[in-house]
Amino acid sequence: MNMLASYLTLAAVLFCVGLYGVLTKRNAIIVLLSIELMLNAVNLNLVAFSKYGVQPSLTGQIFSLFTMTVAAAEAAVGVAILVAIYRAKTSVNVDEFDELRR
Amino acid sequence: MSSLAEYAWLVPVFPAAAFAALTAMGRGAGRAGAWIGTLASLVSLILSLLIAGQRLSGTAEEYSNHFDWIQVGNTTLPIGFEVTNLTSLMLVVVTLVSFLVNLYSQGYMKDDERISTFFAYVALFSASMLGLVLSYNLLTMYIFWELVGVCSFLLVGFWFRKPEARAAAKKAFIVTRIGDLGLLIAILLLFWYMPNHELDFTNLHNVFGTQTGVISTGITTLIALLIFLGAVGKSGQFPLHVWLPDAMEGPTPISALIHAATMVAAGVFLVARTFDIFHASQAAMDTVAVIGAFTAIFAATIGLAQNDIKRILAYSTVSQLGYMMLALGVGSVSAAMFHLFTHAFFKALLFLGAGSVIHSVHTQDIREMGGLGGRMKITAWTFGIGALALSGIPPLAGFWSKDAVLTAALDGHPVYFVVGVVAAFFTALYMARLFFLVFAGKPRGDAHAHESPAVMTIPLVVLAVLAALAGFVQTPFNGWFGEWLTGEAEQEHASGLVIIVSTAVGLLGVYLGWLIYAKGTVRRDIVSSRMPGVVRLLERKYYVDELYHYVIVKPLEGLGKLLIAFDDYVVDGAVRLAGMSASAIGRLNTRLQSGQVQGYVLTALIGLVILALAVAGRRFW
Repeated sequence: MNMLASYLTLAAVLFCVGLYGVLTKRNAIIVLLSIELMLNAVNLNLVAFSKYGVQPSLTGQIFSLFTMTVAAAEAAVGVAILVAIYRAKTSVNVDEFDELRR
Repeated sequence: MSSLAEYAWLVPVFPAAAFAALTAMGRGAGRAGAWIGTLASLVSLILSLLIAGQRLSGTAEEYSNHFDWIQVGNTTLPIGFEVTNLTSLMLVVVTLVSFLVNLYSQGYMKDDERISTFFAYVALFSASMLGLVLSYNLLTMYIFWELVGVCSFLLVGFWFRKPEARAAAKKAFIVTRIGDLGLLIAILLLFWYMPNHELDFTNLHNVFGTQTGVISTGITTLIALLIFLGAVGKSGQFPLHVWLPDAMEGPTPISALIHAATMVAAGVFLVARTFDIFHASQAAMDTVAVIGAFTAIFAATIGLAQNDIKRILAYSTVSQLGYMMLALGVGSVSAAMFHLFTHAFFKALLFLGAGSVIHSVHTQDIREMGGLGGRMKITAWTFGIGALALSGIPPLAGFWSKDAVLTAALDGHPVYFVVGVVAAFFTALYMARLFFLVFAGKPRGDAHAHESPAVMTIPLVVLAVLAALAGFVQTPFNGWFGEWLTGEAEQEHASGLVIIVSTAVGLLGVYLGWLIYAKGTVRRDIVSSRMPGVVRLLERKYYVDELYHYVIVKPLEGLGKLLIAFDDYVVDGAVRLAGMSASAIGRLNTRLQSGQVQGYVLTALIGLVILALAVAGRRFW
C-alpha cells in the first residue's frame, strides 16, 4: 500500500505543478505543456491503481494508452491553433487572447 | 276592481327609458334629446296625477306588488313597489317639479353643447327618485337612494371644466356617503333583528308600531339613529350640511330639482316612511327634533350674510329641511310632509327664478344686481310670491305648512317653538334682503337684463300658482290632508297664538328687510359696524368648512401622504431592491466573463474547492 501512496503523491504533485503552470504562465506553449503535465499525472494515477488498486486489472493501463493518444491529438490541435493565433496576433501571450469574450 | 296603482311601476320606467334612449343616441341627439326627456317626464306626470287622483277620490286600498329577487337558503330578498297616499303625493311632487324643470331647462341649457347628456342625467335622476318613492322595502329604497346620489354627483359636476364644480361634486358625494353608510348599517341591523329578515315597510310598521318588545329599545334607538344619519347626509342637516351649498355649482335647474325640491327631501321622506322605528324610541325622536331645530336656525342665520343668490337659497333649503325634521321629531309626520309638499313648490320656484335672473345678468352675486324688477316682470312677480310663501306670509302655501310645523313644535316643547319662530323671522329677513337687493333699487351691474323666454317663465308661473294655493289642502281649520296622509284623524287645533306669532314675525322680517335694503331708513352696516365678529362668523358659515378642513380633511391627507410615502419607499423600495440586486449580480458576472481562459480555469478551480470543502464539511454536521 505504501507504493500506491507514493505514486498518488507524486501524481498529485505533478498535477498541482501542471495546474499552477496553466493558471500562471503567460506563454501559451508553456500552458500547453502544463496541460500535458496534468494529463500525465492522471495517467500515473491510472497505472498506479491498475497495479496496486483494490481490484488490479489491465483496464487502467489501456485507459492510459488511450489518454496518451488523445493527448497527442490534443497537442497537435492545440499547437495548430496556437500557430494560427500567432499569425493573427503576432503574440503567444495568453493575456492578450480574449476572443471568447466577443 | 283594477286600480291604476297597479301600473305605478310605469311611472319611473318612462324617464328610465328616456335615459336609455338618450344614452344610446349620444351627444348628437341635441335639442331632440331634450324633448325626449321632457316628453317622458310629462307622461310620468300624467300617470302620477291619475294615480293620485284615484287615491284622492276613493278609499282605495294600499297597493303593493313584489317579486323575489335573491333567494339564499330560506331567506329571500324581494324587491317591489308600493302605492300609499304618502307615496302617491310624493309621485306627484317629483313628477311635477321634474316636468317643469325639464321644460325650464329647454331654455336655460339651450346653448350648452352637452344638452342631451344633461337631459339624460335628469331623466335618470327622475327615474331613481320615483323608484325611491315607490319602494316597497328598505332594500329597494337603498338601491335608488344610492342612484339619486350618483345623479346628484353627475349633475353637480356637470360643468366639470370648472374646478369648483368638480370639487363640489366630490364633496357632495363624499359627505352624503357618510350618511349612506349609516343607512346601510341600519338596514343590515334590521335584516339581522327583524323576524324572518323582512325589510318591507308594512312589516316594519307591524313590528315597531303595533307590536312592542320584538326588538329591544336599545337596538331600536341605534337603528333609528343610523337611519337618521342617512337622512342627515341626504337632507343636508347639521353637521353634514356642508355639501348642499357647494352643490350650487351645478346648473340652476338642477339646484331646483335635486337640491331643493326632491332629492334633499328624500331624507325627510325616509324618516317619514320608517317613522314607526323612530316613534318606538324617545331618544331618537329627541335627536331628530334637536338636530332639526338647530339646523333650522343655524342655516337661517348663515343665509343672512351670504351674497351668492343661490347660496342664500341653499342655506334656506337646509333651514327648511330642518323645519321638516323638527316636525318629524315632535311626532307630526303630516306637518313634515305638508311642509315638504309646499316647500318643493316654492323653493323650486325660487331656484328657477334665480336661474332666470342668472341667465339674464350672468352673475350670481346679489350685490351686482338690483333694479331687475322693471325689466323682468314675470320673474320678479313669481319670485316675490315664492319669497313671501317661504317667509310664511298668509295666505300663501308656506304660511300654512310652517304653521303646521310650529303648532306641532309647540306641542312638543316650547323651546322648539321659540327656535322655530326665530328661524322664521330670519327666513323672512333674508328673503326680503334677497328680493329687494335683486329686484328693487337701481341697477348696479352693467348687464343688459331681459326677460327670459316663455319656456322658462311658464314653469315659474305654474309654480307660483302652486306656491300660492298649495297650502289650502290643509289649514288649521281643515285637517283633511293630514288625515288622508297618515290615515289617522287629526284633531283640528287652530292655535290662534301660532297663527298670530308666525304672521307677525314673517311680516316683521319682511318689513325690516324693506327698511334696510329698499327704503334705506335703517343703515345696512348697522350690525356689521357694531359687531363685525358676528357678521364675519356668519359670512364664513360658522367656520364649519374650515373646521372640517383642519380636523378631518388635513389629517386624512396627512395619512394619505404617509401611505404614499410607505408605498414609494417601502413597497417600491423592496421592488427596486430586488431589481437592483439582480442587475448587480449580472454586472458582476459580466466582469467574470473576461475572455481570459486562465480566469475561467481559476473560477472552475475555486468552485471545485468549494464543492470539495462542502462535501468534506458534511462529515462534521
